Amino acid sequence: MSAPILSVQDLRVYYYTEAGAVKAVDGVTLDVARGMKMGLVGESGCGKSTMAMAFMRLIKPPGRIESGQVVLDGTDLVPLSEDRMRRVRLNEISLIPQGAMNSLNPVARVRKQIIDGIQDHNGRFSRAELNDRVEEVLEAVDLRPEVADMFPHELSGGMKQRVCVAIAISMRPKVIIADEPTSALDVVVQRQVMETIQRLQQELGISMILIGHDMGLMAQSIEHLAVMYSGRLAELAEVNAIFEEPLHPYTQLLISTLPVLGAKGVFRGIPGITPSLLSPPPGCLFHPRCPQAQEICQHKVPTWQEIRPGRWVACHKYEV
Amino acid sequence: MYFLRRLLMLFLVIWAAATLTFFLPRISPRNPIREKLIQMSTQGGYIEAGIEEMIAAYEEKFGLDKPLHEQYWSYLKDMARLDLGVSLANFPKTVMSQIADALPWSIGLLLTTTLISFVIGTILGALIAWPRSPRWLEYLVAPLMTVSAVPHYIFSLVLIYLLAFRAKLFPLSGGYTIGTVPSHELSFYLDVIKHSLLPALSLVIVGIGGRALSMRGMMVTIQGEDYMTLAEAKGLKGGRIFYRYGMRNAMLPQVTSLALSLGFLVSGSTLVEMVFGYPGIGTLLATSIRQFDYFVIYGIVFLVILGIGVATLLLDLTYPLMDPRITYEGK
Amino acid sequence: MAQAASAIRYLRRNGRLLVGIILLLILFLFAFVGRLFVDGNDAYPLSAPANLAPTLEYPFGTDSQGRDLLAVGVMGTYLTTKIGVVAGSLGLGFGTILGFLAAYYGGVLDTVVRWVVDVLLTIPSLLVLVVIASTFQGGIDVNGMALVVALLAWMWPARVIRSQVLTMKQRAFVRVAQLSGSSNLEIIFKELMPNLLPFLGASLVGSVTGAIFASLGLEALGLGPMREPTLGMTIYWVMYYGAFVRGMWWWIMNPIVIIVILFVGLFLVSAGLDELANPRLRRRV
Repeated sequence: MSAPILSVQDLRVYYYTEAGAVKAVDGVTLDVARGMKMGLVGESGCGKSTMAMAFMRLIKPPGRIESGQVVLDGTDLVPLSEDRMRRVRLNEISLIPQGAMNSLNPVARVRKQIIDGIQDHNGRFSRAELNDRVEEVLEAVDLRPEVADMFPHELSGGMKQRVCVAIAISMRPKVIIADEPTSALDVVVQRQVMETIQRLQQELGISMILIGHDMGLMAQSIEHLAVMYSGRLAELAEVNAIFEEPLHPYTQLLISTLPVLGAKGVFRGIPGITPSLLSPPPGCLFHPRCPQAQEICQHKVPTWQEIRPGRWVACHKYEV
Repeated sequence: MYFLRRLLMLFLVIWAAATLTFFLPRISPRNPIREKLIQMSTQGGYIEAGIEEMIAAYEEKFGLDKPLHEQYWSYLKDMARLDLGVSLANFPKTVMSQIADALPWSIGLLLTTTLISFVIGTILGALIAWPRSPRWLEYLVAPLMTVSAVPHYIFSLVLIYLLAFRAKLFPLSGGYTIGTVPSHELSFYLDVIKHSLLPALSLVIVGIGGRALSMRGMMVTIQGEDYMTLAEAKGLKGGRIFYRYGMRNAMLPQVTSLALSLGFLVSGSTLVEMVFGYPGIGTLLATSIRQFDYFVIYGIVFLVILGIGVATLLLDLTYPLMDPRITYEGK
Repeated sequence: MAQAASAIRYLRRNGRLLVGIILLLILFLFAFVGRLFVDGNDAYPLSAPANLAPTLEYPFGTDSQGRDLLAVGVMGTYLTTKIGVVAGSLGLGFGTILGFLAAYYGGVLDTVVRWVVDVLLTIPSLLVLVVIASTFQGGIDVNGMALVVALLAWMWPARVIRSQVLTMKQRAFVRVAQLSGSSNLEIIFKELMPNLLPFLGASLVGSVTGAIFASLGLEALGLGPMREPTLGMTIYWVMYYGAFVRGMWWWIMNPIVIIVILFVGLFLVSAGLDELANPRLRRRV
């Protein structure tokens, strides 16, 4: 098997506040293979957006990447100078942001916003070549060429999101991070945008990390799934395997809460609340809410291990 | 539609100004003619011919024998023609001619200082807010705050004290050295510039303080916007993000706040002129107050309001050029 | 007690607010404690020999009208602040009520208020005040000044409060309160008011600053209460008697120093309150 395109090793991102250090990401390790579609799912505040920002090296004070590695195609992004990192962004790793409503510059036309990224990375393109690329990417996301000369406020939410997708693929990066790209859209448009993203990913062979909180929606677009809880990974495996046989109690509960068409009954949630990232409980972070918690879970942090080929879990039930 | 609305607003403002200057003297217990007579008699002697004509002009302007609504209507008509009446103190000079003498000085001062302080202040404020600027810029914030908090003319007094009084670097007052005859020679122009430096400096420094602080606040807010995050995620160069994504978005609110502060700026420069005895509208106003020359006072106020109204309208018309979300049609 | 402790902790972080409050406190003490030690009458003409530089007997010197400048400083600070606070509060009160009603009930009232406020805001208030004050020239007293200045002090608060209430009206919690049957009055006092407090505070400081600014301007032009030793009138006399030419630095510095401290203090408090109300402007930890 070839080397993974993106390899994250024990990544930690802490926010230093007056009250103490908030451990938004606390020891995450995962590999993304070339051409792989990986999903990262978790509740609000579990640290998935922070992960996205960390991959792009966009963590701002009072947060910082405390330790760990983010190796993109052989190069560790964490110690790179700001100048070199700037060149990596969009070119090798790009972002589809969460809130497209406000992600486009209100005073610039779409064309300019697609072009400026390319220009700042490679000034050698001519006007004509740049405009060709604009047409190309707009067509790829199913937008009419006229959109290029419009301003963001003239576009609908779905159109704006597609422009963001167009920007993200404009330089044929190696990896795309899609941070909840459809959360702000209605269901119909959600599906359209997801289909567009999927199609592109297939055509261009770009590796993708799709971040979200809707397991059902994500399951249709990805092959591998990572489940995150309070800054740490709970489980990672092929998506079908996870649905067929969820190992981590958290994953099991998540799946059981998914509404099934036709089943009438009481909606169940997961009792309890997520722990404070400021003063997390000792041992396994999930143990206060875990129906299968044992004595050891209260004081020993479970290790993140590949207990079977292709199945990673951090839980004392399966510890080898 | 937008344009029409603004035009309507302008007319409303002007009408309000005219109405104000019409009704106030009538509810005032004072009678300017009487006061003028008293003043003149204490200075010794009547000037018979002048008095008759003055009283006649007064009567005609106010038409005190005619019913109120007729007076009001003829007053409005006069105002529309910019016939502001005659000066009581410098009879028979008209109000308009006195203002016309002083106006160029004021406009010159106001225009240059506003432009300079806006441009420098905006750029300075943006740079201070930008996280990639040299950190020593932050130290400017405290002095900027101090300077912007103080009224312009108070700052003038400080400048006069330090630079003209103690250090004797600049002249204390006036537009040009007393006794010289205005001419078109270079030496005269240099003299004028030398005299305008302190007034201009007061306005510019205090102005920069305010503009810089507001621009800084604006830029800080903008930095939290989603489009800034994506701009960085796109790996755009710092300069481009600063200018095209940052400043361009902050410009509209900055110009809006400039338009709103025009009244404040004019008040400020009026007082500054007065402090320096600079031969503009400010000194004219102060002198008129001292001389009880009501027509000049009202004339000045009316014209200034008119001027500001027009200037605000012109500024408003530039908004669609800066922000594509605003159009001339609707809002 | 816990609230006092956290307030002090906040003040230490919000440097601007702290320094501003300290400056204002200094002036406050100067004016109020000063009144205990200084005879107010000395601030009026003919209380002392004229044109004296500072001596032991008259530590701030005297002016050309024979006023004891220490007394003038104390009384001036007190009077000008009083004018500012009274006028600012009146303006704030009136403006808040108007802005609130306009935003809450909307409709024609809102349109009318909006237009009036916009029109009046374009006009330089100093000039209008000049017109108003010149009709009462000389015959005005301190309270009259406050009233005149208050006439044009209500527009900004009206605008700010109106836009705040409009934003809040759109937000869910008002609807929830309405749906759960609270009366309008209850909604106003229990839901909206608490959220308006930081803006009211900031507007009050702004209002007072503007009022002091206007009163100083009017007085410096010679339109204030002529006999009273307010700060603005002192400046008027400084210029009238040509204190610069005669080198009477003690007379010149007197109102200037007080005014600078006053305005800087007010400004810092206002900036500090802004930071409190808008956490985004807070310094990075």
